[in-house]
Amino acid sequence: MKVIQRLLDDKLAVFCLLVISIVMIAGVLSPVLAPHNPLELNVFNKYAGISKDYPLGTDQLGRCILSRLLYGIRTTIFLALLTMFVTILIGTILGIIAGFFRGKVDEIIMRMCDVMLSFPAEVMILAIVGILGPNLMNVVIANIVAKWAWYTRMIRSVVIQYMDKNYIQFAKVSGCSTSHIMRRHILPGVSGEVAILATLDTGWVILNISALSFLGLGVQAPTPEWGMMLNEAKNVMVTHPTHMLAPGIAILIVVGAFNFLGDSIHSAINPKLYQKKNNRSRMNVFTRNKKFISK
Amino acid sequence: MGIYLIKRVLAIIPIILCLSFLAFVLINLRTSDPAEIALRVNQMTPTEDMVNAMRSTLGLDQPYFVRYFSWISKSIQGDFGESYVTHRPVAEHIATALPSTLQLAAVALLIIIVCSVVVGVLCALYEGSVGDKLMRAFVFLSAAMPSFWIGILLIWLFSVKLGWFDTSGMERVSSVILPAVTLSLGFVSTYIRLIRNNMIKNKNENFVLYARVRGLKESRITLKIFINSMQISMTALGMSIPKLIAGTVVVENIFAWPGIGRLCVSAIFNSDFPIIQAYILIMGVMFVICNLVVDMINMMVDPRLRKEM
Repeated sequence: MKVIQRLLDDKLAVFCLLVISIVMIAGVLSPVLAPHNPLELNVFNKYAGISKDYPLGTDQLGRCILSRLLYGIRTTIFLALLTMFVTILIGTILGIIAGFFRGKVDEIIMRMCDVMLSFPAEVMILAIVGILGPNLMNVVIANIVAKWAWYTRMIRSVVIQYMDKNYIQFAKVSGCSTSHIMRRHILPGVSGEVAILATLDTGWVILNISALSFLGLGVQAPTPEWGMMLNEAKNVMVTHPTHMLAPGIAILIVVGAFNFLGDSIHSAINPKLYQKKNNRSRMNVFTRNKKFISK
Repeated sequence: MGIYLIKRVLAIIPIILCLSFLAFVLINLRTSDPAEIALRVNQMTPTEDMVNAMRSTLGLDQPYFVRYFSWISKSIQGDFGESYVTHRPVAEHIATALPSTLQLAAVALLIIIVCSVVVGVLCALYEGSVGDKLMRAFVFLSAAMPSFWIGILLIWLFSVKLGWFDTSGMERVSSVILPAVTLSLGFVSTYIRLIRNNMIKNKNENFVLYARVRGLKESRITLKIFINSMQISMTALGMSIPKLIAGTVVVENIFAWPGIGRLCVSAIFNSDFPIIQAYILIMGVMFVICNLVVDMINMMVDPRLRKEM
């Protein structure tokens, strides 16, 4: 695989991949790694400084900050990955259907996307969380609803480019079944593009989830989550400003790693595919520019 | 052009209808009864009779589509119903909150334009210099920093430590500065990158070579490159305005800025549906109209787009 080779040659990409893997492993192993129970209260030991027992100190309720940070990986990153997975699943299925069959099906799916995209994602997320009620699952649902249309449209435009390729024409002529062509010929081609889109957006989803938790609309107390921890740190800002650092830096590192990785994958896979103008994308100029920016 | 404009304006109608329908349907997806919520938010224990009475005052006993059409026809006239909590008209709440949000967004927009143009052009002129590299590091960093973190860090530094600004609220003129800076940071980094990359790309175009051959002054050439590089940024900026207003939600909550985003979040906590619905509708309309205006301006500026129609 040329793409993977090119990616491995990119030192920054390898480093980001390493960071992300370490964080994820730390998340999986958090019960082993965490020195304390993240929910364990200890009012006699609140605002403890850095010590051997509490490497990052304790918060306003005497909970171990490091343990909360480690358990927070589970909530923040795994929720983000779940969101991305479902979004991409929906986007890929609808995108392939629209791009493959064209005609009426395409028209209906694309008009639906137009409606969804005629609305800023941030407001859409707030609207859904607002009306369904603030909780974890609704945040995930809101992110999926806000993003699927964008993926559907991107994947559709990729599929349309593939449809003109000779090997697909040949497969069609030689009588391969529709599902066979989709599975064997289109899906592998599309998956590269999907990978870029997914990595570029994971950072965005993490920021969204933690922003909603920060506002108190996402994860509910006492579940450890980075945005939530920042919200708690905000309240004790005057007396204990250092509490703001750990969760913020954690978000910064993870989101930064995902963004850099996305950029690297982007340049590893031929960027020229992206430049082809899609007539429909005129409506949504911002997403077109997003591609432009990340080039 | 005229026909295209009419087509685009007509295309707005189904989009807004879909949007309003979505805002309406979502409420009914919620498991709890709005009438019960309307009672509960006022600390009343709902009895059967009270819920029924509330239902008829809110019009919830009517069929679904009747309710939808009465809501949408009233909304078009600016009547979004009454807040469940304060029992004041929603329009009144929005009218008091919207100006502060727009004020915040306007200041942020100003910061975005000034900073990104100045820094973007300088980075393009001194491509590859230390400053340029530092700026690129900053751009990547600020793309990964959550705005709420930046916000509280700024509060800590400038309000708590240095005492230059208020921590929150909107008492003085200077209190707009911190929220506006927080709001604009994410956008500034995007535009610096956009302007810088476009200018570097345009540096090697034929018109620059021709201008050099003609012996024009370097400052004049730079100006021309800049003007030619602005178009994509203009489009993106137009699209950013509604995003900017939507982005105020987080910032307003950090800085206790009495705007529409804060109104919406407190409405979410109170399950105050009329306000949430009004917020969705207003934001949607604003976004769609901004889209249209930006496309129109681009058509006027760029003759190539006119041919595409």
